[in-house]
Amino acid sequence: MPVISYIDAVTQAIREEMEKDDKVFILGEDVGVKGGVFKATTGLYEQFGAERVIDAPLAESAIAGVGIGAAMYGLKPIAEMQFADFIMPAVNQIVSEAAKVRYRSNNDWTCPIVIRAPYGGGIHGALYHSQSVEAMFANTPGLKIVMPSTPYDVKGLLKAAIQDPDPVLFFEHKRAYRLIKGFVPDEDYVLPIGKADIKREGEDITVITYGLCVHFALQAAEKLAEDGISAHVLDLRTVYPLDKEAIMEAASKTGKVLLITEDNKEGSVISEVAAIIAENCLFDLDAPIMRLAGEDVPAMPYAPTMEKFFLITPEKVETEMRKLAEF
Amino acid sequence: MPIEKITMPKLGESVTEGTISNWLVAVGDVVNKYDPLAEVMTDKVNAEIPSSFSGKIKELIAEEGQTLDVGEVICTIEVEGDKSQEEQSQEEKTVKKEADVSIQADTSQKTRYSPAVLRLSQEAGIDLALLKGTGAGGRITRKDVQKAISDGVPQVKEEEKAPVNVAVTPPKETVVHSSIQTKAGDKELPITGVRKAIASNMVKSKHEIPHAWTMVEVDVTKLVQYRNKVKDSFKKEEGYNLTFFAFFVKAVARALKEFPEINSTWAGDKIIQKKDINISIAVATEGALFVPVIKNADEKSIKGIAREITELANKARTGKLTIDEMQDGTFTVNNTGSFGSIQSMGIINHPQAAILQVESIVKRPVIKENMIAISDMVNLCMSLDHRVLDGLVCGRFLQRIKEILETTSEETTPIY
Repeated sequence: MPVISYIDAVTQAIREEMEKDDKVFILGEDVGVKGGVFKATTGLYEQFGAERVIDAPLAESAIAGVGIGAAMYGLKPIAEMQFADFIMPAVNQIVSEAAKVRYRSNNDWTCPIVIRAPYGGGIHGALYHSQSVEAMFANTPGLKIVMPSTPYDVKGLLKAAIQDPDPVLFFEHKRAYRLIKGFVPDEDYVLPIGKADIKREGEDITVITYGLCVHFALQAAEKLAEDGISAHVLDLRTVYPLDKEAIMEAASKTGKVLLITEDNKEGSVISEVAAIIAENCLFDLDAPIMRLAGEDVPAMPYAPTMEKFFLITPEKVETEMRKLAEF
Repeated sequence: MPIEKITMPKLGESVTEGTISNWLVAVGDVVNKYDPLAEVMTDKVNAEIPSSFSGKIKELIAEEGQTLDVGEVICTIEVEGDKSQEEQSQEEKTVKKEADVSIQADTSQKTRYSPAVLRLSQEAGIDLALLKGTGAGGRITRKDVQKAISDGVPQVKEEEKAPVNVAVTPPKETVVHSSIQTKAGDKELPITGVRKAIASNMVKSKHEIPHAWTMVEVDVTKLVQYRNKVKDSFKKEEGYNLTFFAFFVKAVARALKEFPEINSTWAGDKIIQKKDINISIAVATEGALFVPVIKNADEKSIKGIAREITELANKARTGKLTIDEMQDGTFTVNNTGSFGSIQSMGIINHPQAAILQVESIVKRPVIKENMIAISDMVNLCMSLDHRVLDGLVCGRFLQRIKEILETTSEETTPIY
């Protein structure tokens, strides 16, 4: 079982699905000859040719719109937004068309598209290259939003997304691309969309998060374990729709819950997680639900000191986890 | 030159404020360490405040007649040297601070229960008051309850349990009754420290203690004969009076030794039986009432008790009683007979369990062996805390005192 990086898992998943199914194709800015700005589609143009790996113009609404049209006619497009920040021109296509076509057509039409986009901060990308956009889509029934944290989850979930008969937003943490490595089995496998995953079993506190913050929580959990504090870490993996059962189970297990996102705090995905816990787990709670999230400022700052202030860091995660344990 | 602060000292356990009755120094005076600075009057005692430093009086902050809380600055002194004690200790404190923080046991969250803790404890029938919290501020966490469910509730030592009823709100100073108005010719008297203390102690006692009352009459003919016979020679020899009261105190002390349940105090969730028999005696002065204590009265002779009564009474009248002489009483004997009273209902000296009033000795015709005789009779009236004591034990206790007193004579009871 080889160790590969997060971004290699993306490439592998796409390649394997394209090899299996001729209907799968890629479109996006610089995805072809260049192999993507992050090299997520590297080698695919050479392997599958210009007809299945399409370099699109700088028009995100067109990338999404063309993909949606092709999907409705039976193809399985993987549309890439170069940065999640650039998805805004495509919101109308995604929210009003892709998400609703099955409902609107009473199951006559479906839209099996995957829209991939790198998101998140920590690479000194400032406001146009660091945003977390999941919350904007996370109250649109008809959409699924997948945000994996490990190479294993990336590969299994991206394959599941490509095979899914409905639209899936697949957000990849760009700082995790080459930072996070992990074992990925050689054999073909898929992971279920909509299921959270326990990344660490624990008894004292529960951390619920997703994406790169999962790793921060796991690192902090190791440190806390040295002091006899045992942390339970639940990785949401799919942030919409949420895995309510897993959230309730994890929250009830310890009664002390810390929710983490690097998105702005108010109205974020973890706000909904908090609501699910509050609705269902009141009599199991032993502490107020804690949230660690980005400040409610308009954008990721560029100045390194300010970026550090805004970003969720392993230190911040550890501090909050200790606070919760002591409560 | 650094300035040091002199604060209102704590002149006793329950003392929270003091009144400066007069200053013994003026601004500019040079004082030595331990020199008296001012006379202060508290609820319990009048005392002098000694200087903690040598130096020059810089400022008198409190005015004469002003009442200040314990710890408030009353004056400042300019001292030699380059740093005040406060500055120095603050520097030391900052070094120590971090260590201290973790040591101090904060229990502010002890009774803040989370939904999980409440649910688990109710389901398992666990009394949360018995658990020790390991959370922030002593909070009982869900894990603490789970541990108690699996390991059993720890048996908390009696002393560690929080008293349940003791925390009756101490009666605050009587609310100003705006409806009570002074009319022309009426005189307004300010409430002094001692008067205030009496008022608050009486309210507290009556408010908290369910008083019950009982009385016995005692034939002290023999005792009167005995005392009258020896009193002049005693006075000549010892230089002070052999009062009846000394005999009564001695008799009470003896009976208390045999009835330790009377010598006790109500402590909310338990009754504490006191080992020492310390008899408080009430001493009235003009406008005030002091209750000095004869310590270990059961170990003292009648002479010893007579002498202590004389000394304590003199000190009370001249305002020289110390805090120590007024503390730790376990039972009060009140000589109400000295005012000519023949029956009275005493208010218990909180937190004791009972008070005994010794009334006037009066000659009365009584029936003895079917004949009318003249006897010296005295009434002993006892108020008791009915939470601690019941009629039966008090009846036996009084009967015992009666027996001791009625058999007191030259043959049975030595003075020395």
